[in-house]
Amino acid sequence: MRNIFTIAAVSVLSVTSAVAETAPSNVAFEDGYVMASLSGSAGDAAAGRKTFMNRKLGNCLACHTNDDMPEQQFHGEVGPPLTGVGDRWEEAELRGIVVNAKMMFEGTIMPAFYIDSGYERPLKKFDGKSILTAQQVEDVVAYLLTLKD
Amino acid sequence: MEFKTLLKSAAIVALSAGFASAQDDSILAVDGDVIKTRAAAPAFAENLDTVYSGWHFRSGETQSLQMDDFENPAFVFVDQGIDLFDKVEGSEGKACASCHEDVADFVGLRPTLPRVENGELVTMENLVNECRTERMGAEPWKYTGGQMTAVTALIGLQSRGMSINVAVDGDVAPFFEQGKDLYYQRVGQLDMACSNCHEDNYGVMIRADHLSQGQINGFPTYRLKNAKLNSAHARFKGCMSNIRATPFKVGGDEFKALELYLAARGNGLSVETPSVRN
Repeated sequence: MRNIFTIAAVSVLSVTSAVAETAPSNVAFEDGYVMASLSGSAGDAAAGRKTFMNRKLGNCLACHTNDDMPEQQFHGEVGPPLTGVGDRWEEAELRGIVVNAKMMFEGTIMPAFYIDSGYERPLKKFDGKSILTAQQVEDVVAYLLTLKD
Repeated sequence: MEFKTLLKSAAIVALSAGFASAQDDSILAVDGDVIKTRAAAPAFAENLDTVYSGWHFRSGETQSLQMDDFENPAFVFVDQGIDLFDKVEGSEGKACASCHEDVADFVGLRPTLPRVENGELVTMENLVNECRTERMGAEPWKYTGGQMTAVTALIGLQSRGMSINVAVDGDVAPFFEQGKDLYYQRVGQLDMACSNCHEDNYGVMIRADHLSQGQINGFPTYRLKNAKLNSAHARFKGCMSNIRATPFKVGGDEFKALELYLAARGNGLSVETPSVRN
């Protein structure tokens, strides 16, 4: 009986993975770039804007200023300003930086938003998890591309 | 009132002198006594030229709270510490004051802690609890609890204005090295080390917070955020949780070693206990 359930679960899983979501450990970098969508779908810039400002998700304003969000008080200044970032970087570069900025900027303070291992002593509830989902990364990248000077 | 005006004009003079630093140039004086809030960095802190107390990174309002003991909210807890110091507890019928008749005799202790005794790294909390269990026959206090911070604030206050002078060599060396390793070790889902914020980025804003060097010369510190005294280990725990790391145990070997290393990074600053922060 239990075997049947296992088989059922496995087939459900393989159906899901057929949608072509790339797991954190399978992301392919080329010189810091990540060419393909992680979720297999296009990003939603409006959703990305929300993920960007959400303190428990992107929390990007902790470290970056962004003129597109004057309604949000207190923009951090640890990282470079993101105003006009869509003019300065291509989609594949932005995706690479959001997934794991250390691939392009060695030793950076910026957290990798799409890795699920390789960090030490995580709090239990975050162990084995990435900060953002594949689709949330795509949404944030789509949003960043709308930030033009 | 006149005194405050005097302090303000002193601050303005300092400002117009135009010291080249990212930090503010005001001067901390409490009841006329100047507290050294900047100093040449110790030689081992090779990435810093100057060490700054966290006081420099706070707003003018928060800074001024620390300049007058009647306005400093930490003194409510220091007063509790005085009561606790005199309180008889345990099987031996003793209070702290039974042996330590005058708390002022603790002058000079805070600047030297943590230190090594019989091969073990010892913090002020360890000394207090050792007295409670060994001499008073009383229960130890919770390491970061309110009774402990009240009494460590009272004892630390006796050395206010003295220069931090924590030993880093000899039998302290292995603990110092452990603390240094922890300071530079990235942890948590956000994969950050103490140094990423407090050495590489002090002086800049992380959202609404002005990043300091993480100096601990003012601990236990009164935080406006939680309206109580906070021990250094409680602050370490908070920082680690913020970067989504499983904190080390308060009072444990790792945090004691980190406390030693951080205290030594502030060698040359004055003891500021009890300080006021955000």
